[in-house]
Amino acid sequence: MGKKKEEKIDYVDKKGKRTDGRGIDELRPIKIEAGVLPRADGSAYLEWGQNKVLAAVYGPKEALPKHIADPYRAVVKYFYRMASFSVPERKNPKPGRREIEISKVSGEALERAIFLEKFPNTSIDIHVEILDSNAGTRIAALTAAAVALADAGIPMRDIVCGITVGKAGGHILLDLTKEEEDAPDAVDIPIAVLPNSEEIVLLQMDGLLTKDEWKKAAEMARKGAKNVSELQKAALMKKYDEMEKQQALIKEKTIEPVGIKQETAAETEVI
Amino acid sequence: MSNTEIIWELTSERVGNFLKEGKRLDKRAFDEYRKLEVRHGVSQNADGSAHVNLGGTEVVCGIKSELGTPYPDSQDQGSISVGMELLPIASPSFESGPPSSESIEIARVVDRGIRESGSLDFKKLCIKEGEKVWVVFIDLYALNDNGNLMDASSIAALAALLDARTPKLEDDKIVRGEYDGKFKLERKPLLSTFAKIGNSVVIDPSLAEEKALQGRFSVATTEDNYLTAFQKGYGGGFSFAEIDNCIETALKKSKEIRKIVMKE
Repeated sequence: MGKKKEEKIDYVDKKGKRTDGRGIDELRPIKIEAGVLPRADGSAYLEWGQNKVLAAVYGPKEALPKHIADPYRAVVKYFYRMASFSVPERKNPKPGRREIEISKVSGEALERAIFLEKFPNTSIDIHVEILDSNAGTRIAALTAAAVALADAGIPMRDIVCGITVGKAGGHILLDLTKEEEDAPDAVDIPIAVLPNSEEIVLLQMDGLLTKDEWKKAAEMARKGAKNVSELQKAALMKKYDEMEKQQALIKEKTIEPVGIKQETAAETEVI
Repeated sequence: MSNTEIIWELTSERVGNFLKEGKRLDKRAFDEYRKLEVRHGVSQNADGSAHVNLGGTEVVCGIKSELGTPYPDSQDQGSISVGMELLPIASPSFESGPPSSESIEIARVVDRGIRESGSLDFKKLCIKEGEKVWVVFIDLYALNDNGNLMDASSIAALAALLDARTPKLEDDKIVRGEYDGKFKLERKPLLSTFAKIGNSVVIDPSLAEEKALQGRFSVATTEDNYLTAFQKGYGGGFSFAEIDNCIETALKKSKEIRKIVMKE
């Protein structure tokens, strides 16, 4: 959602390719890894194009300060933060209004997925740090946070997945880059859904859009979100595959069991 | 738990039970706004102002233009800044101090609706390229929260913009109290907010409905049927079909609201 420049750029060429060579409904390369931060209860590292994101989950733990505690359910505290060097011009590390707003809607999006009512008087804290950015960071952050929540073993209805759709140079596009977001007519629509029920849990938009353009964008987002969801699940499966291999090695006594890994490996067996 | 919280809990239950029977607690239709009153020019010192009463939710908006320097990446453009104060006089749940995430959210969504519609031509707010531009401060104050501060704020902002004038400049200084003509608005964006309660979606939620809602969706629309901002809030989800219905209703209902804002 940046400033718009006025330059003549062909956002989609005659062959249907975008400025970075992608098709109109093609995602940038996404890499997700679950369980990367040893001290967190759950974590994930995600690369989405140039975006690099680390997410950590702590909890459910005692809600502090006490007045935020809800006697019926857990409260979700979501902190979306950008590192000072993650943008072209240095960003003041103090959270700005943009970060506070994104944190609010992202935390609320995850609330729909988590069985909050099972954990009264607790808080679930989610910290997401953007290390490098190129458009779509709130969605990259939310996608990583959802994997981190699953990695933390927090009971959920589904794993929230996100996608950005939008408009540049008159074209409806999936997963816009910064260059496309800076188009004079740019529209940016971050969406997050529960993939199984296709319930929209986060939806924002800024730009000038017609109703028909929205319908086209929504359809594109639905399909795109499915791909992101598969990548999230694959990341979680991969972690458990690796743990199973580890466990097999422990059984064969080829390696010594080490503290935390043995503990999590035992949990996998139960699952 | 305090007594008022218990009362709200019971009221929320009633709101839900009524909706199951296809009714709203205050007898409105699902796509019906509460009574709207708009008064322009409520502050003489402001360059433009308005007071809005939307079913008991009161917001006052004042506009002040100030001189500023342009942003490095838009040397030939002025800008706007929307602020929202959730005053403690408006609700026991508002506290003085730094802005809460709720107030920041309302301000930013109202800002997006105005900014993205091109309502104010930022190029016309430029006085001298690269040096001097107008920064239009649109400041909103909640005086009473009876639900749906989002729409009341957006109506107040539009009403104040319609009332606003550009201050007179003399030797590059603002002459306070003298003006150089009214603002020219290219578009008139308005937010329409919906609450999802159970399986029902209603427009312009009252305070009781807000206490009962799971999800909230706001869409900014213009008189020429553009959508300029979306914002989904709170823990509940909306289906794609529900969002489409909200957009359809918003395009229709905002026209009625706009008529009232323009008339007063």
